[in-house]
Amino acid sequence: MQKATIQLETLTCPSCILKIENATKSMEGVDKDSVQVMFNSSKLKFNFDDEKVKVEEVENAIQKLGYEVKKTQVKAM
Amino acid sequence: MQRFILSKKNQIALISFILIVTAFVSHYAFGNETVATWALAIASVLGVAPIAIQAYQALRVKVVSIDVLVTIAVIGAFLIGNYEESAIVTFLFLFGAYLEQRTLNKTRSAIKELTEMAPESALKQMENGEFVEVEVDEVDVGDILLVKTGAKVPVDGTVLSGDGHINEASITGESVPVSKHKDSGVYAGTILENGTLQIVADRVGEDTTFGRIIELVEEAQDSKSEAERFIDRFARWYTPAVLLLAAVVWLFSRDIELAITILVLGCPGALVIGVPVSNVAGIGNGARHGILLKGSEVIVDFSRVDTIVFDKTGTLTVGNPEVADVEIYSEDTETVKAYVASVEHESDHPLAKAVVGHIGEIKRYPVKNTNVVKGGGIVAEVDGHTVAVGNVALMDQEGVNLSEKARADIARFEVDGNSLVLTSVDGVLKALIGIRDQVRPAVKEDLAKIKKLGVKNLVVLSGDNQGTVDRVARELGLTEAHGHMLPEDKSAYIQDLINKGHIVAFVGDGVNDSPSLALAHIGIAMGSGTDVAIETSDVVLMNSDFSKLPHALGLTKATASNMRQNIVIAVGVVLVLLASVFFSDWMNMSIGMFVHEGSILVVILNGMRLLRYKLRI
Repeated sequence: MQKATIQLETLTCPSCILKIENATKSMEGVDKDSVQVMFNSSKLKFNFDDEKVKVEEVENAIQKLGYEVKKTQVKAM
Repeated sequence: MQRFILSKKNQIALISFILIVTAFVSHYAFGNETVATWALAIASVLGVAPIAIQAYQALRVKVVSIDVLVTIAVIGAFLIGNYEESAIVTFLFLFGAYLEQRTLNKTRSAIKELTEMAPESALKQMENGEFVEVEVDEVDVGDILLVKTGAKVPVDGTVLSGDGHINEASITGESVPVSKHKDSGVYAGTILENGTLQIVADRVGEDTTFGRIIELVEEAQDSKSEAERFIDRFARWYTPAVLLLAAVVWLFSRDIELAITILVLGCPGALVIGVPVSNVAGIGNGARHGILLKGSEVIVDFSRVDTIVFDKTGTLTVGNPEVADVEIYSEDTETVKAYVASVEHESDHPLAKAVVGHIGEIKRYPVKNTNVVKGGGIVAEVDGHTVAVGNVALMDQEGVNLSEKARADIARFEVDGNSLVLTSVDGVLKALIGIRDQVRPAVKEDLAKIKKLGVKNLVVLSGDNQGTVDRVARELGLTEAHGHMLPEDKSAYIQDLINKGHIVAFVGDGVNDSPSLALAHIGIAMGSGTDVAIETSDVVLMNSDFSKLPHALGLTKATASNMRQNIVIAVGVVLVLLASVFFSDWMNMSIGMFVHEGSILVVILNGMRLLRYKLRI
C-alpha cells in the first residue's frame, strides 16, 4: 500500500468535497476508508494499492471533475 | 473544452454582467426589447455552461450538488422564456463563487502564512564534496547540508562545524537568536541570522518538528466536530430532498415558476460552509499567537471548560530556583556578598547558581582550600577568612552560633517555602538567603482573566510539600491546592473531577504529566514546540508562554459562538426564504439567489472577524 497526498487548487464549495471524495472512492484499488478530502487545506489524502491503480489515474479523475492538481506526494506505508 | 470553460469562470461572470447591463440599458433607456432579450438569452447560455458542466460531473459520481439544482432551475426558467431570471441567477451564482474564493482565502491566510515558512531548498553535499542546491524533498537522513547566513534550516539536524545564531521563532515563538556550535541541534524552518553552519540531517520532511506542527495544524483546521459531521450527513440528503420537493410542488401546482424558485432557494450553501470557516479562522488566529488548537472538537470542549487543573513546577512557577529573600547580618553588605559570590562561584549546584545569578557583577576574591561538604555546602578560605556557605547543618558543624533573630528569620523563610543558604565568616553568621521556585511573572493577572472568562475552579496539583503548594495557591488566588501528589495521584484526581461532571482542562509540561494530559477533556501542554507534548495534548502553548492561556480560552469561546452564529444565520436564511416563497408575492429566483449568495458571504465575513480577535478584559 502507498499513501498519497494530492495538493489541489483552493477548494471553495463544500459540494466539491463530496464530488472528489466519491470520485476517488469509486476507483479500483483505492482504500475507501482512507479517503480524506481536506476542505481548508485543499488536500486529498488516500491509501492505495499501486498494483491495481496508478496515482496518475486518480489525478486524472480529479482533473476531469474540474479541479487542478498542484502537487502529488506518494509515500510507501 | 470542459476544462477550458471551467477555468474561465470569472471571465464568463464578467461578460454575463456586461450583457445584463446592456439588456437593462436597452430595455429602460431605448425600449429596444429585441436587443434586451437577446442579450439576456446569451448571458444565460454562457453563464449556465460552467455550472452545468459541474453539475454533470457531480451526477457522474452520484452527487446531487448545488450546481445540479441551479442548472435545472436555470434551464427551466429559460424554457418558459424568463431570460431575465435565468441570466441574473447564473451571474449571481458565478459572482458569488468568485467572492467566496476571495474571502475564503482571507480566512485561511493565517495558516497559509505558517505553511509558507516551510523551507523549500537545501544546499546538499554531493559525492564530489561540492554543495549543490536541491529541493528539500531530495534531502535524506544522513545527508550533509550547508546553511548560509539568512537561509532557512532545511531539516532537523545536528551541527557538524561552524558557528552562528539562529532565530527559532517559528518553532518556539522566542525571537531572541540562539547561539549554535558543533553538536547543537537545529530545527527545520528556523533562520540562520549570522554565521555559516554545516549540518547533518537527522529528520527530514514531515518528520521534522516544523513538519509535524504544520501537519497538525492542517489536520486541525479540517477536523470535524460531532455537529459538523451531522451537518455533512444532513447536507448529503438535503439537496436531493429539495429536488424532490420541487418536483412534488410542480406535479401538484403545475407552476414551473414556483418549482424552480424552490430549487434555487433550497441551496444549503451557508450551512455547510459556516462552521469550517469559523474553525479555520479561529485556529489561524491561535497559530499566529503561538497557540496550537487541535481541531474544532477541542475548540467546542475548551470553550465550555469550568475547571482548570495546573501542574505547579514549570507551569505556574518558572521551574528554576531563584533567590526570593535575603537577610544580611553585617554593616558591610558588599564584602559579605562578594565573599558569598566568590565561594558559590566554585559550585555548579542549582542553589549556588541561583545565588551567583542574584548577586550579579561583583568583585571576586581568590578562593583557596575549597572543601565541599556533602549534603552541607562549601567551606573555603577567602581573603584570609574562613567562609562557610551552606545549610543549617553545615553551620552547626562549623560551630556557628545562631542568634535569636537569625532563628526567627530561618523559621519565617521556611514557612514561605524557601530553601536556605547560610553564610558564616570566621564562625559568625553573616547572611541568610532564601531560594525558591518563583511564580511566573504575571501569572496572577492571567489567572484573574481566566476566572473572568467563567472558569469556576482553579486547582494546583504538585509533588511538592503542602506548605509550598498552599503558598502558591494563596499568592495566585487559586481555589484548591493539593501537594504530595505523584503523577498517578494527579490523574486519579482528574478522573474524580470528570466523574463529578466537570469539564476539565489540565495544564502541564507534557513530560511527566502525559497521563493527566491525555485523561482531561482538554490537555494543554506548555511545550517548547518539541517532544511528546505536541502529540499527547489538545492545545499546545508554544514557548511555554503561560500568558497565552487566557487568549486561548477567550479565542475558543469566541470561535464556538461564531460557529453557532453561522449555523443560526444559515438555517434562518433558508427558513425565511422557503417561508416567503409560499407566503409572499415578492419572492422570485433572482432575489432568492441574491439572498443565498449574500448569506454565504455573511458567514464568511463573520468567520473572518476571528482572525482579528484579541482578548479584551
